[in-house]
Amino acid sequence: MTARRTLAVGLALALTAACGSDDGTVAPPDCEVAAGTGPVMPATGLCQQLSSYRLFTDLPSQTAAPELTAYDLAVPLFSDYAVKHRWLYLPPGTAAAWDQDDALDLPMGAMLVKSFAYPHDLRDPGAGARQLETRILMRQPAGWKAASYVWRDDGSDADLAVAGALLDTSFIDTSGATVTNRYEVPNTNQCLNCHGEHLAVMSPLGPKVRHLNRLAPDGSGNQLQLLIDAGRLTDAPDPTTWPADPALDDEAAPLADRARAWLDVNCAHCHNPTGPARTSGLDLSFRQTDPSMWGLCKTPVAAGAGSGGRFYDIVPGQPDQSILVFRLESTQPQIRMPELGRNLVHAESLALIRAWIAEMPGACAQ
Amino acid sequence: MRLLPWLVLLVPLATAACGDDGDNNPCSRTSGPCTAIPVGATTEAIQTAFINAQPGDTIGFGAGTYVIDRDLSLTVDNVTLAGAGSGSDGTILSFATSTGAQGILITGDQSRVEHLGVEDTPGDAIKWEGSAGVVASDVRVEWLGPPKADNGAYGLYPVQCQDVLIDTSKVRGASDAGIYVGQSDNIIVRNNVAEENVAGIEIENSTRADVYGNLSTHNTGGLLVFSLPGLQVHNGAGTRVYDNQILDNNTPNFAPAGNIVGLVPTGTGIALLAGHQVEIFDNDIANHKSIHIGIVGYNITMRPFTDTMYNPYSDSLYIHDNRLVGKSLEPSGPLGFLLIMGMQELGRDPATAGVSAIVWDGDVDPAKADGNGDLMSQYAICIKGNSLDGQPADFANLRVPLGNGPTPTTDLAPHDCTLPALPAVTLP
Repeated sequence: MTARRTLAVGLALALTAACGSDDGTVAPPDCEVAAGTGPVMPATGLCQQLSSYRLFTDLPSQTAAPELTAYDLAVPLFSDYAVKHRWLYLPPGTAAAWDQDDALDLPMGAMLVKSFAYPHDLRDPGAGARQLETRILMRQPAGWKAASYVWRDDGSDADLAVAGALLDTSFIDTSGATVTNRYEVPNTNQCLNCHGEHLAVMSPLGPKVRHLNRLAPDGSGNQLQLLIDAGRLTDAPDPTTWPADPALDDEAAPLADRARAWLDVNCAHCHNPTGPARTSGLDLSFRQTDPSMWGLCKTPVAAGAGSGGRFYDIVPGQPDQSILVFRLESTQPQIRMPELGRNLVHAESLALIRAWIAEMPGACAQ
Repeated sequence: MRLLPWLVLLVPLATAACGDDGDNNPCSRTSGPCTAIPVGATTEAIQTAFINAQPGDTIGFGAGTYVIDRDLSLTVDNVTLAGAGSGSDGTILSFATSTGAQGILITGDQSRVEHLGVEDTPGDAIKWEGSAGVVASDVRVEWLGPPKADNGAYGLYPVQCQDVLIDTSKVRGASDAGIYVGQSDNIIVRNNVAEENVAGIEIENSTRADVYGNLSTHNTGGLLVFSLPGLQVHNGAGTRVYDNQILDNNTPNFAPAGNIVGLVPTGTGIALLAGHQVEIFDNDIANHKSIHIGIVGYNITMRPFTDTMYNPYSDSLYIHDNRLVGKSLEPSGPLGFLLIMGMQELGRDPATAGVSAIVWDGDVDPAKADGNGDLMSQYAICIKGNSLDGQPADFANLRVPLGNGPTPTTDLAPHDCTLPALPAVTLP
């Protein structure tokens, strides 16, 4: 027999299950973290259980530790209508440094925590929710590290899902209809598909100034100003220079600004000049100023069935002739965009993108 | 990977309990470190093995069908994915029920995929992106059933890669190109079979490629060398195409509309679009309804582009000593219509005399033209020593636009030249 390497835990479990054996499930060792209280993380590697990070003082209710700061984003990534809660953890005595365009420079030991849940009924916040997963992005000495933890049914803890998971879920939407979804928890490589937006180096996506420049979840003030006032954010320029994303439903903001902001958040982690979709030539980042690069009359390169028989990514005035709209409307794996983390159509953003294209003047060559 | 003693004990017991260890050991073909993936393993188990792999590892698959329900990805460098064979009795990774966009995405460097089959991926089958060192050997990619538009676009698909070898593999059914190498450098595609794809083999916006010893048959188009605008690698250059069998590529074009490959006329042997420094020689090219060898610029597509670094013209081509067989009597599609119009301007009925064996649209790069409007000698399109049914192969320069200005010509004299042979590709 060759020098066979031992199997991964998941494989061994699958193997034993396939052979009809229930025994032998020895709990693997958890991570090395300092004893004590308050949030903590390992210097390398990942913990097997979410509880090991001590992020929540009560796990079933996800009551955040006082050291965590809840925050919201002006334009969140669409995640199949999952409701998301976000927290920032900065180690004692540390602060983030301002960055005008990219993510804030967060200190070693920082953690970004995001919980995903499906409310049972989107019309009734009091009806409870199914907790799906909690993701952590943590800054270790070797760089940013990502992990997802899938909640146990009883809410007692959440377990590391290196290979991701598929969760069969259902909820009642705002129209009262029951929606079923095989919700996808990403695997570790898929974390990098989005969070490797620049040259496949893992980095945060959410905590950028233009996303954070809004009211805090508790309504106590501007999130950036609150961090500055608390001494947790340095090097901020004059507030009049802070960029801000207009929210999807902010009708006071120009349609084009809202559309470009939404595309930046939902697409540009791949579709930027150093992202995974750079090979397509389509750049949907807010920085791109050449309309042909963000899709105007741009021919597809490797779209396959994703073209939908249409000739250009965006045909001005013609949402139904635009490949961009076709791909946002589709739920088929080989067609839909984004490729990852979306099984359902996001009606609200689709309406925005359609309206934006419909009002564009001009035409493409035929 | 950390060696856990309990697992070492557990695994042989478990596999022994399954009773197939001896004849179907997924690691039997390797002497190095190897993670065995037994038939029946879950997608999560396979993905976990990919994530936990260490450089130098092999991930071994046994003979049998693995049902995969999501896309797989490999980011670790220097990993081999090895199956027990690419045939129906070998290793089959079936993505027929997958919810992932593609089959396998590899971004690690120095990867190797060998002796396995990949079937029915919703989108592309195996994609390598940004990798240095790509090897696919004895790999079969197939969309089962008749060719259809909702098959995945690309079979074996390295893009923005360095040092690529696609060898002794087979791709069938891709709705774009079976073997597609894009925006890459230093490439060998050899001894493969591509059949019933829209394009059998395509080299696009790539530099330094050798394509030889392949059989490309029953596709819409046998072999394409294209450069397209708007990409990070702006222009391809340096492709050699030789000793290939390019036969009977008459499958009706089934690409979804909007894709550039949808323009390839059904029944195309070799097509060059904005090809630069391409040498095509010693190929057998037979039985194509539209055209054996077609050369065009990008402008013929009537598609707009704004890429100022892109060169839309074909130039510096050397096409020699190819053996062509059969008249092209039924050109089709928009470019086939152009061929018919061109032949008619020449007073030739394509339905009886056939389309000229080798046709250039005549779109000359003004920056590379001499005072007569012809390509300067170092950028020439040289065509010589080609045969059609044992006679010298005929030629047409359509001198587009048709019906306006100079008429097409069949004069080969301006193309009676040679260009220096392109260097052979060597892989490290």
